[in-house]
Amino acid sequence: MVETERLARRYGGLAALDGLDLRIGRGESILLLGPNGAGKSTLLRTLATLLRPSDGRLRLFGADPSTSDRAALRRRVGLLSHHTFLYDHLTAEENLDFYGRLYGLRPAEGELRGALVEVALDDRRSEQVRTFSRGMQQRLAIARAFLHRPELLLLDEPFTGLDRQGADQLQAMLRDRIHAGATSVLATHDFPSALPLATRVVILAAGRAVIDRPTAGLDAAGLEEVYRRATRGAANAARAMTRTGS
Amino acid sequence: MSYFRIVALVAGKDLRTELRSREQALSLFVFALLILVVFNFAFDFTIIDFQALGPGILWVAFIFSGVLALNHSFRIEREQDRIEGILMAPIDRSAFYLGKVLATVLFMAAVEAVLVPLAAILFNQVLSARLGMMLLALILNTIGFAAVGTLFAAVTTQTRRSEVLLPILLFPAAVPIALAAVRTTSHILAGRPFPHYAHWVYMSAAYDLVFLAAAVLLFDYALQE
Repeated sequence: MVETERLARRYGGLAALDGLDLRIGRGESILLLGPNGAGKSTLLRTLATLLRPSDGRLRLFGADPSTSDRAALRRRVGLLSHHTFLYDHLTAEENLDFYGRLYGLRPAEGELRGALVEVALDDRRSEQVRTFSRGMQQRLAIARAFLHRPELLLLDEPFTGLDRQGADQLQAMLRDRIHAGATSVLATHDFPSALPLATRVVILAAGRAVIDRPTAGLDAAGLEEVYRRATRGAANAARAMTRTGS
Repeated sequence: MSYFRIVALVAGKDLRTELRSREQALSLFVFALLILVVFNFAFDFTIIDFQALGPGILWVAFIFSGVLALNHSFRIEREQDRIEGILMAPIDRSAFYLGKVLATVLFMAAVEAVLVPLAAILFNQVLSARLGMMLLALILNTIGFAAVGTLFAAVTTQTRRSEVLLPILLFPAAVPIALAAVRTTSHILAGRPFPHYAHWVYMSAAYDLVFLAAAVLLFDYALQE
């Protein structure tokens, strides 16, 4: 479903992704970890076709986004970013209606209500988003990202601002989508919340995948240890490269 | 969803947001009104012919209000990265452009609807006999300014100093439409028949068509990183 080959993305002289090789099959649920600046958000935005690769190859659903119908590819992708994309002066229902229509849906009132019920915002549907707390806005942003039933879910820190109940709701929603056949890539620092959802963990450091393994047999503590070793090893390697000037 | 429904959806969203927030309406009206008042005090229109200076004053007010409207319109999309939400949608991006143009035209039209009668009263002008041509001039030139302004606002929205950069890029490109607007308005206020200024009207219409067509074709590139 997603295939990258020596994928690179540079901002000026800075390489956010540096020759990343990754294959994600249909129905897989990837937990994407890495320290700040490792390239997680850049990878998600590149997979969402918001950024063009500087080098290397990207294939989404078997197609090259640079040469194929990108609108058709985007229809199959849902992105939950750091920001909510929501309009403060529109109500919860109006925000979902607006984005739904952009995706070619004609969300009937019942359908919108269903999406709002799922994120426990049904009783606030007629209120403007500016009156919502950060956690409520995040829940609405999740409903927005899932509204068009995307096959590929790209989630950047989805647990931000969520209380325990909100995090449980998101886990349940993600589990439903994954069971229904969706593929997901979830970037987070919240290991315990995300680990039960993932089938594979990919750890990025300096724009490269330093760990790519199944989550089977890993608990949160084990993952923490794997993460610590991987990022420490990558940091040592980067320091050594800087010392030798290579 | 059809192309024109997306256009209406984007424009409707902008209008609804503005009607609720009233963030820019007040600043647009006050700013445009201040320009009129300042010029009214700066020049003695009992000596100076209003038809010589008035059209320039009016269009300075409209164009500056238009720049404010454009900056505000794209600032909303920039905040919370909403523009990425739009870019992620499987729509023809030119429909988003035309929606923004439509909303800007409506905001500017609201300012013009207040300012033109007010100017007529302030500067003792009788517009009733020339209302049809005045409306045509306002519509054509407002569309032209919104068309070029929206394209440049989209280009600059992803830069850090977009609010400063927009007028710097926009004003040189808007010179032809500003010139046509002022000259047409001047002829209309002087009560001259249409053939005297037909070439300015045709120029405005051509400018609208060229910029709308070019922007529809180029807008996807304008929004790319």
